[in-house]
Amino acid sequence: MRLDPHHGVVGTAAPRIDGLAQATGSLRYVDDLAFPGMLWGKILRSTQAHARVVSVDTRAAEAMPGVRAVLTGEDFPVAFGLLPVSQDEHALAIDKVRHVGEPVAAVAADDPDIAQRAVDAIEVVYEPLPAVTTMEEAAAMADEPIHGEGPRVNRHREVSLEFGDVDAGFDAAYHVREDVLFYQGNNHAALETHGAVGLLTDEGRLHVYSSTQVPHYLHRILAKVLEMPEGAIRVTACPTGGGFGGKTDVFSHELVAAKFALVTGRPTKIVLTREEVFYAHRGRHPVLMWIKTGFTEDGRITAMWLKTYVDGGAYGSYGAASLLYTGQLLPVTYDIPAYRFQGVRFFTNKPACGPKRGHGTPQGRFGLEVHLDKAAEDLALDPVAIRRRNLIEPHSLTVNHLRVTSCGLAECLDRVVDASGFRDRYGEMPPGRGLGLAVGAYLSGAGLPIYFNDMPQSEVMLKVDRGGGVTVYSMAADCGQGSTTMLATVVGEALGLDPTELTVVTADTDLTPIDLGSYSSRVTFMAGNAALEAALRLGDLILTAVADEWEVDPDRVELGRGVVVAGDRQMTWREAVQIAEARWGLLVATGSYKPPKDIKGDYRGAGVGPSPAYSYSACVAEVAVDADTGVVSVEKVWLAHDIGRSINPLMVQGQIEGSVHMALGEVLMEEQAFRGALHDGPSLLDYKIPTVLEMCDVESIIVESVDPEGPFGAKEVGQGPLLPVIPAVVNAVYDAVGVRIDEVPVRPDKVIAALRDRTRGGTGRYGPTSLPDYEFRPPLPVDPPGR
Amino acid sequence: MEPVTLQINGATHRLFVAPHRTLLETLREDLGLTGTKHGCELGECGACTVLVDGTPTLSCLTLTVEASGSEIVTIEGIGTVAHPHPLQRAFAEFGAAQCGYCTPGMILTAKALLDHRARPGSDEIGEAIAGNMCRCTGYLPIIRAIAAAAEELP
Repeated sequence: MRLDPHHGVVGTAAPRIDGLAQATGSLRYVDDLAFPGMLWGKILRSTQAHARVVSVDTRAAEAMPGVRAVLTGEDFPVAFGLLPVSQDEHALAIDKVRHVGEPVAAVAADDPDIAQRAVDAIEVVYEPLPAVTTMEEAAAMADEPIHGEGPRVNRHREVSLEFGDVDAGFDAAYHVREDVLFYQGNNHAALETHGAVGLLTDEGRLHVYSSTQVPHYLHRILAKVLEMPEGAIRVTACPTGGGFGGKTDVFSHELVAAKFALVTGRPTKIVLTREEVFYAHRGRHPVLMWIKTGFTEDGRITAMWLKTYVDGGAYGSYGAASLLYTGQLLPVTYDIPAYRFQGVRFFTNKPACGPKRGHGTPQGRFGLEVHLDKAAEDLALDPVAIRRRNLIEPHSLTVNHLRVTSCGLAECLDRVVDASGFRDRYGEMPPGRGLGLAVGAYLSGAGLPIYFNDMPQSEVMLKVDRGGGVTVYSMAADCGQGSTTMLATVVGEALGLDPTELTVVTADTDLTPIDLGSYSSRVTFMAGNAALEAALRLGDLILTAVADEWEVDPDRVELGRGVVVAGDRQMTWREAVQIAEARWGLLVATGSYKPPKDIKGDYRGAGVGPSPAYSYSACVAEVAVDADTGVVSVEKVWLAHDIGRSINPLMVQGQIEGSVHMALGEVLMEEQAFRGALHDGPSLLDYKIPTVLEMCDVESIIVESVDPEGPFGAKEVGQGPLLPVIPAVVNAVYDAVGVRIDEVPVRPDKVIAALRDRTRGGTGRYGPTSLPDYEFRPPLPVDPPGR
Repeated sequence: MEPVTLQINGATHRLFVAPHRTLLETLREDLGLTGTKHGCELGECGACTVLVDGTPTLSCLTLTVEASGSEIVTIEGIGTVAHPHPLQRAFAEFGAAQCGYCTPGMILTAKALLDHRARPGSDEIGEAIAGNMCRCTGYLPIIRAIAAAAEELP
């Protein structure tokens, strides 16, 4: 079987296999499901930021006609959390609430109006506690900490690592500079709000449908919280109306809908309102960062020291990983000889943050890329040169022991610089117009699973019917990124079949083998590799059977498009399948993927950052800044992305353009901001995302470095292209009007403040000036890999 | 409960609805027309857009009783997987849907535009869909798809 794409399936800009189902409204999302006797659940949420729950009186709610069940924290004694190290949540609050909007009680009723009235009739008595809403407050000793017993600091996790001799690197530097920057938190704002339906099957098993991106993790946590064997539970992830990481945690409403089904015996649906989504959150962490780098005279980095202060909100969620991601991937783009990385994630009385597209890495990337542009100016270098001088080499190890394989970063950089005319136009544009440059890198899947085990991260099964039809079974959840189409394309390419003729069964714990979920940009690389392995095994079964039939050497028999050939002999795929089934019996093949073990170091913290391959991106942004209003308009973005191999260029371009859109929202307008502990505006009217009128022209450039381990050489594209856009825009604002906005989002008021500051003789900088009073523990020394 | 008569996708429906029931709820919960999506239920996102007498209308802000007697077109009324409308085919072909959640509302808004303007420019397309949020695509393939469908339509 040949491993290079040669059937014209991979590399073709084909529509999604579910494209017409989407365009005709026939694709069924979780809220589109209805079952006989279905109840509607509603959740009562905390009005308090931090309080002891003294009592929850549900009697009035229970007495209402049409109310079928009421649940409170007592019904969910078992704590859970997505990461094994952060088992700090309950489906409904027990004893304490830790943020406004935290689920406290829930009602299932015959219709949503009754459920809402009953929720409103529940009386909760709170004993308010002091609320911690800023990182400065969180860094102070608290008598009533958010978690655990006081007095203690509201720290969730800390990291303190040093690779190589950083002080010596600074001593040897020609120039050292420091910067302080802030990246505000923001929400995924997927168009579909979260939802779940719980029901009992005819046999009495629990079946939960959900908008989740991670059916396997939901399955595990349902079993834990409901104290049931996993075999008694089935989870189906419906097509998701956008995820972006927002549906990779397990949420109260999923557990509550399941419990209502168990308690009432009736199907129960809970769909969050838009306001509730902002309370469920798990979005981008606000990160305050301090970065110090030493450079040689010609711009080579000698050492780097990064400190990140991460506002985690009230619960752990993925935060232990998010914290590490704020610093661990910076050495994936640049060869940093010595690196000290210290970070702390605080608990605050706000909705918990978690993973959003880029998971923890956009913040540090923003800081570094803006910092590098400033250093370039200090050294009288141009932004291209300083990056060029420090680029990581393909097939190398980073200072923090990450294994880099394919790397098209240099080509990405050259391509955006050339396409945008950066060399001629940077610094030369009319007042109010500017260009900015930045690069980035991202995982093609987290190298380690969330719970420790030695089993594959992804498994795929293929089954063939006598008509020649092939069904692909995978737990990969399609959250809009197109994983279902990817699976059909990979199998189709390997077997010479049209992807639209394959059947793909996904994201169902009863029907499909394991895939850990649609997060960390892992699905194309991992499920794609599993699918490819299964397809190659299936192809071998068929070719061997046909070779026997024809009495020829199996090496001479090949798959064509829908046919099997050997020299001038040929038969259809359907005929070949029947011969193979006669020869072997049931035609089933399986494939599994597990990342190599040698892709990580062996220090504490080394588990976050390793990936079997990294994607690379480079971006040039062109902006216009109105000096009177402070409004920044992004006019065009050139974005080159090293995807390894483009499985489907139409969908790759879609991910690039979509990443640019989301990045523009983050850099220009979006903030999950609070007045004290109250959300600043939990609606899409107040929380602005870019409409078509704020979207810019995008020139997408696909770079193919052909990764040695990716399926047909492919790497990720769902998250990486977002990363460089944000600092590129901020750098372009400086080129346009000469002010440094060291804080995202770049709101008009910040631009105006910086311009006024410059007019008054100041530096023309807007941004944070101080850090929380927090002392990191001494860094753990880790020897860099031998070079 | 109020008696209403709705003309939906060419069919007549006579039903009794609560005065506060929205057209979105009636379509989705009472009539099973789940192609119309809800994204915010406050008139902010455009996912629930349907055509009422040819005009793109937010069904989450429209009371069912207000729509009585009007001609309503939902995504189910303009094409099927077997017989898609040129807009639906173009949305699939150009990758104008990723998660697909904004797609029905987006297509109905586009249909209203193309019903009035045979060959709109990309600025006009942008103006038309400015009230429909998409979180996946960055709108660019949506504009391409609408322009391509416009070429195909008479």
